[in-house]
Amino acid sequence: MKRRDFMQLSGMGLGAMMLPNIPVMGRSVAPEALLDGGVDVAVKKRLADAALNAAKSKGATYTDVRIGRYLNQFVVTREDKVQNIVNTESYGVGVRVIANGCWGFAAIVDAKTEADTARAAEEAVAIAKANARLMKQPVQLAPQKGYGEVSWKAPIQRNAFEVPIQEKVDLLLGVNDAALKNGANYVNSVLFMVNEQKYFASTDGSYIDQDIHRIWPIFAVTTIDPKTGKFETRQALSAPVGMGYEYLQTNPKDKITGITTRYNKGYDMLEDVIAAAKQTKEKLAAKSVEAGKYDLILDPSHLWLTIHESVGHPLELDRVLGYEANFAGTSFATLDKWQSKNFNYGSKEVNLFADKTQVGSLGAVGWDDEGVQTKKWDLVKDGTLVNYQAIRDQVHIIGEKESQGCCYADSWGTVQFQRMANVSLAAGKTPLSVSEMIKDVKKGIYIIGDGSFSIDQQRYNFQFGGQLYYEIKDGQIAGMLKDVAYQSNTQEFWNSCVKVCDERDYRLGGSFFDGKGQPQQVSAVSHGSSTARFNGVNVINTARKI
Amino acid sequence: MAILTKEEAKKIIDKVLAFSKADEMSVSLTGSRTGNIRYARNSVSTSGESYDLALAVTAVYGKRSGTSTINEFDDKSLEKTVRRAEEIAKLAPENPEYMPMLGPHTFVESNTFAQSTANIDPDYRAKVAFDSIDPCKKKNLTAAGYLEDTTEFVAMGNSKGLFAYNKSTSVDFSVTVRSADGTGSGYVARDFNDSSKLNAKVSTEIAMQKAMASVSAKALEPGKYTVILEPTAALDLIQNMMRSIDARSADEGRSFMSKKGGGTRLGEKLLDERVNIYSDPTNPDAPNAGFSMDGRPQEKTTWIENGVFKNLAYTRYWAQKQGVKAVPPPGRFIMQGGRQSLEELIKSTEKGILVTRFWYIRAVDPQTLLYTGLTRDGTFYIENGKIKYPVKNFRFNESPIIMLNNLEAMGVPTRVRGNMIPPLKIRDFTFTSLSDAV
Repeated sequence: MKRRDFMQLSGMGLGAMMLPNIPVMGRSVAPEALLDGGVDVAVKKRLADAALNAAKSKGATYTDVRIGRYLNQFVVTREDKVQNIVNTESYGVGVRVIANGCWGFAAIVDAKTEADTARAAEEAVAIAKANARLMKQPVQLAPQKGYGEVSWKAPIQRNAFEVPIQEKVDLLLGVNDAALKNGANYVNSVLFMVNEQKYFASTDGSYIDQDIHRIWPIFAVTTIDPKTGKFETRQALSAPVGMGYEYLQTNPKDKITGITTRYNKGYDMLEDVIAAAKQTKEKLAAKSVEAGKYDLILDPSHLWLTIHESVGHPLELDRVLGYEANFAGTSFATLDKWQSKNFNYGSKEVNLFADKTQVGSLGAVGWDDEGVQTKKWDLVKDGTLVNYQAIRDQVHIIGEKESQGCCYADSWGTVQFQRMANVSLAAGKTPLSVSEMIKDVKKGIYIIGDGSFSIDQQRYNFQFGGQLYYEIKDGQIAGMLKDVAYQSNTQEFWNSCVKVCDERDYRLGGSFFDGKGQPQQVSAVSHGSSTARFNGVNVINTARKI
Repeated sequence: MAILTKEEAKKIIDKVLAFSKADEMSVSLTGSRTGNIRYARNSVSTSGESYDLALAVTAVYGKRSGTSTINEFDDKSLEKTVRRAEEIAKLAPENPEYMPMLGPHTFVESNTFAQSTANIDPDYRAKVAFDSIDPCKKKNLTAAGYLEDTTEFVAMGNSKGLFAYNKSTSVDFSVTVRSADGTGSGYVARDFNDSSKLNAKVSTEIAMQKAMASVSAKALEPGKYTVILEPTAALDLIQNMMRSIDARSADEGRSFMSKKGGGTRLGEKLLDERVNIYSDPTNPDAPNAGFSMDGRPQEKTTWIENGVFKNLAYTRYWAQKQGVKAVPPPGRFIMQGGRQSLEELIKSTEKGILVTRFWYIRAVDPQTLLYTGLTRDGTFYIENGKIKYPVKNFRFNESPIIMLNNLEAMGVPTRVRGNMIPPLKIRDFTFTSLSDAV
């Protein structure tokens, strides 16, 4: 929507992190403004009721109201400097209605009075009636029971907005200092913190108040070899999570030791950056990979992105139906494949599920943005495609009686639509550790961390890189590789999955800024897995000379 | 009204600056009206219109700065915003790279506004959707498209006396047309400042023709091919290169422009000598505001001349540190082309691949500017100067630097996403695998 409110973070010195342009909605505010409670819940109910009544009196047959307050704080540093501290707040009301069988949506910034919300409702009805003329079929909305006045709060231990800015600056500058002391030439580090305060009301009789928190600490360390002029970068092995500042409190039980330390529910940023600085030097000296077929051992810090792109997106029902054809694309996982009940998405080892309730995940909420209580459901069971992700106006197409609860809007000012739930690979049922898994591999590559990623518009052909690549020879890790990327086809790849480690190794990765729709909206989503093995995957060498 | 005149904007900015007690203060005032219509499965899915008018005040004490924003414009609210920005600034950490604000400058005026675009209403948007959907329906094809129109102004002023104002319009249209059985797909995208140049019906016909012609694509072996990149495809890779011309990264040794042993490759011939890229805010086909958001003028700048990089983009801090002119990054760029039409480029090709567009392009190696991505929505095999048959989509791994050394020919530039870019004929373009996606 309001393009002037977008802050393009690519202009904030994040180039080395290869982040895409990140649109951030909201107006700049003082840090303390992020701590005040916002509008009282009783006032929100009054504002919502005004909209519900206004829409009904204008002829709407269904209405939902979202009163949202979206808070962001980003602390951006490089080496010994704070480059930027961004504090934003965005508050407003969005009203969605069905009138004459058609959707209509209108939103008002800073809506504080019942007259404001009623006006948004009336506009939404007018838009619905205008669009109804171009409609092919009336909206078919799955029934939904009302929940009355309820609330949900992310189970955080320490609200990141309550942590003084100085503490965050000290943490990042300490991280940067450690990188430089350990031989890095350059280092960027950032803390992203988000709080969504959302109130939802609908004509189904729900009044839902929710408080959602997310945090993402990241860095990129670069080291240059003066002799060759080559440089290598290693990014953080952290994950964006649905947690408070406690994610940055480290606990030995959250560390997975091995060839390099990886993290579960607590992230030791200082320890990771020291490892990163040393590993950039190792990467500079590493052997350039020989292209060919390898068995891949993929760590959860890497595999989450492959799951996101090759499972999460193709199983979104709106893509399958063609609603995203002009932008994100359609899907190879067409309805006939699902209807056949025997489409082998993957091998028997592959069980993929959607889950909007997973504690600490980015997608966890009590109810989605159309008042549906969240749940967990299977997408691929023992290798067979069994379901999609769908919302209230789609579920009838796949014969379901109720929505799966994965509707989301990134702001009060944008219309909610189907978004990806947390989609994860279930841990293996047989006890298996990473070292036991590696022991059987004759010629393989062990990949840790996410890197370059690209997939076609129907989600067949993909290419992924990583942060760290280790060669496996005859069951042993033989040393570091570089210039590695693997290319595969979704169905082939998941059918080449021969083993998944057990739940002791299960961890979440995730995307903080997943883009979809026109105009584009972002959403945050987690993907869990244990380390998994894929046999005979095509690896290319990405080194070039210019 | 969200679109203020130059005089109205200046009056508000001057009023805000008069409240300042800070060492330095800058004010930006922006307003926009944006409308859109989206359709899929031959039916409109969403449409809307939004207005915004917002003021941002940045106060500076020494090297500490703070920003506060507001969208109410009475004197009391304006003064409150100024005080808020000043309070935030006093508490902010020092920015050692802070540069004092710039003084007054007479910026070049560019013709970025068209009344026709500012006049767009919901009926116009609905007609665009109809003009695009209707011919598709008649041919049993499926259209999914998007139109977005924007009218906006940006004004800025500061306590050193700088004032700048620009009013602009833009319209962006794209449509993907697919065959009913999903075996063919075509795409077209058009963007203009002046919406009277947009013909949704004629544009959609191109996508329709590609959708029909791309049915039953054959598989070719991946490998190195001569390609003709239509301007939409060419832009993606060239724009990635143009976004990587930051001087600081080059000086720091972490850019494709870094030189072994220190320094940059500025002045080196890195590309085919026919490659010339410049920026010019007054270009009638790709006009742009005459100033950057940090108050620097946008002037005509040569970036690449006869294959040699002539300029890199600087922040003001880095330029001062290096003792050079602080050339801002280009708003838009113009790549010079040749005189041949796309058809003539095809005619002169013995064997090759015609690429309509690329998709999901991501950096693989910043050192060599290696990118990966895929062809999409219309990929065809050319033999003896003629399009022979549609081919399955390819994944590529290619660097624009290598690609612009393998330049065979260029056609007449056209506008793509605000820039001017020719169709490019390139030899030995690297396709690394096949995709089944349509």
